[in-house]
Amino acid sequence: MLRIILSRLGQGVITLLVLVTLTFFLVRLMPGNPYTEEKALPAHIKERQMEQGGLDKPAPVQFAIYLKNVAKGDLGELYRKPGVEVSEIIRQAFPVSAWLGVLSIGIAILIGLPAGVIAAVKKNGPLDYACLAAAMTGICLPSFVIGPLLAVSAGLGLSFIHVAGWNSPADWILPAVTLGMVNAAYIARLTRGGMLDVLNQDYIRTARAKGVPESRIIIRHALRGGLIPAIAFVGPAFAGMISGSFVIETIFQVPGMGQHFINATTDREYSLLQGLVLFYGFLIIAANLISDLAQIALNPRLRGA
Amino acid sequence: MTSSSQKVEKGSSLWRDAWHRLGRNKAAMASFWVVIIITLLCFLGPAVLPLPSPSVIDLDHPAGSPSAAHWFGTDYLGRDLFARVLYGGRVSLLVGFVATSVAVLIGLTYGAISGYIGGKVDDVLMRGVDILFALPFLVLVILFSMVVDEPASTFTEWVIRTTGWNRDDVAPVTTLIPLFIAIGAIGWLTIARIVRAQVMTYKKQEFVEAARSLGLGNGRILFRHILPNVIGPVIVYTTLAVPGIMLLESVLSFLGLGVKPPNSSWGILIKEGADRMETNPLLLFFPSLFFSTTLFALNFLGDGLRDALDPRSSKD
Repeated sequence: MLRIILSRLGQGVITLLVLVTLTFFLVRLMPGNPYTEEKALPAHIKERQMEQGGLDKPAPVQFAIYLKNVAKGDLGELYRKPGVEVSEIIRQAFPVSAWLGVLSIGIAILIGLPAGVIAAVKKNGPLDYACLAAAMTGICLPSFVIGPLLAVSAGLGLSFIHVAGWNSPADWILPAVTLGMVNAAYIARLTRGGMLDVLNQDYIRTARAKGVPESRIIIRHALRGGLIPAIAFVGPAFAGMISGSFVIETIFQVPGMGQHFINATTDREYSLLQGLVLFYGFLIIAANLISDLAQIALNPRLRGA
Repeated sequence: MTSSSQKVEKGSSLWRDAWHRLGRNKAAMASFWVVIIITLLCFLGPAVLPLPSPSVIDLDHPAGSPSAAHWFGTDYLGRDLFARVLYGGRVSLLVGFVATSVAVLIGLTYGAISGYIGGKVDDVLMRGVDILFALPFLVLVILFSMVVDEPASTFTEWVIRTTGWNRDDVAPVTTLIPLFIAIGAIGWLTIARIVRAQVMTYKKQEFVEAARSLGLGNGRILFRHILPNVIGPVIVYTTLAVPGIMLLESVLSFLGLGVKPPNSSWGILIKEGADRMETNPLLLFFPSLFFSTTLFALNFLGDGLRDALDPRSSKD
């Protein structure tokens, strides 16, 4: 167990290093720089700005300085607003995105898991087809269609639900449900597949032969193994939700990390972009590790490896 | 010797079997025809049907209801919605299929080489894939597409200058190049893993040994003898990847980072529709209908192909 964790951590460090390098140079290859303005400034002012930001040095030198700072835990400041720390922006935006992620993954599990189990148990019945069709709809409808539709239908009947902003719990409902529905669809499909797999196994037949009630077979015997594909999905999905909720944050004006990322790409805020991508990478690696460990806990056959 | 005995001797190939199995799957066949019809409609429709140009602005009839002249009505600038949906579909389908092809081509080559050579090379190449897999996909696609944006517009100008073609014909395609490259450059990882695993199993089998004992070169063995066996899973994965990539394109366009106006795609039309859904819900309805139907059909077709080409993996 310890060996697995250590080797994963080692690989995680390499991954982050690749990610930092890739982002650093990709960002600098984009046309323009943080000081590109609509109105043309005199050349000497531009030079001063570049010098102050350290952007006049050759890229490899900048990279070495950046790496040294990151190793010390310093992600740098904004170029356009000197004094505003990147780490401070992340500290403010991350809880928002993370809370949205937690809420929506909760909704996704609450809907997707039972739907998948029911579909598997009632295989090829009308309930199964209904669940599959609903799941396929969730996968095929983009979140920016589901979101506005929910917003309008909520606005018609349920006036306490807010359509935009992030100030009170009433603001959480729409973004979390929208994001949760898409992932509920994936979880339902994976759970159905996993359960079907398990329900065909010999030990389930043995349990049935012993006369164990069907509900107990499903909950006590089958669920444990049948959940593995869904668990394997939830870890990366959680990280994906935080990094991929750009659309949801844009629709419902949630002040999370996605908004900062989109603005940073158009403003060419190198330090913020690099900091956010590094943080995303860190989240994904952590989520993958946790989901791997959860799979090992659920599936004893993986323990020896 | 009658003709009927000859018929009996004729074996049925894997492809014929697969085609037969697919034919019995009604949902998959219906999906297949839906994809064909929508594709034909988008690419040939504007030439055959009496449609107004999608960019003609008619401020006298903005936000019009469906009529004989405008089947789906008009948008807030009086542009014909049906024409816009068809032209937008061209872009969405083009991005879906071309970007997927780029990804499949890279993944196929990478996975085949890694699996065929094996050993240390394979270790290094696959560790690289593991690392790339853990990177935030959407974020990198966004950054990458911005980097290739400028070279692509230089390329557009160059094409117009050297060929003398009309800008309106060239630009809608060449402005998509950053998307093709960005999605293709980052989306090839899964296919590389699939192909590698397949090549690894086939390269140990007798027919490869036989080919080698005949003195065939590595390139010929890999491309003529091993890769044709891998085509099945690759087709299945490609079909399932296209809707995912079309969805990705729509997300990027929605965020203002993908296809840019005046060019349109289903993603852009849906965004415009969502912005105005309270005044004219049809603007959201028709593009979403086409988009979701296409994705739906591609997913069903992919599932059906998997059942047909790889009977072992289909559990239900």
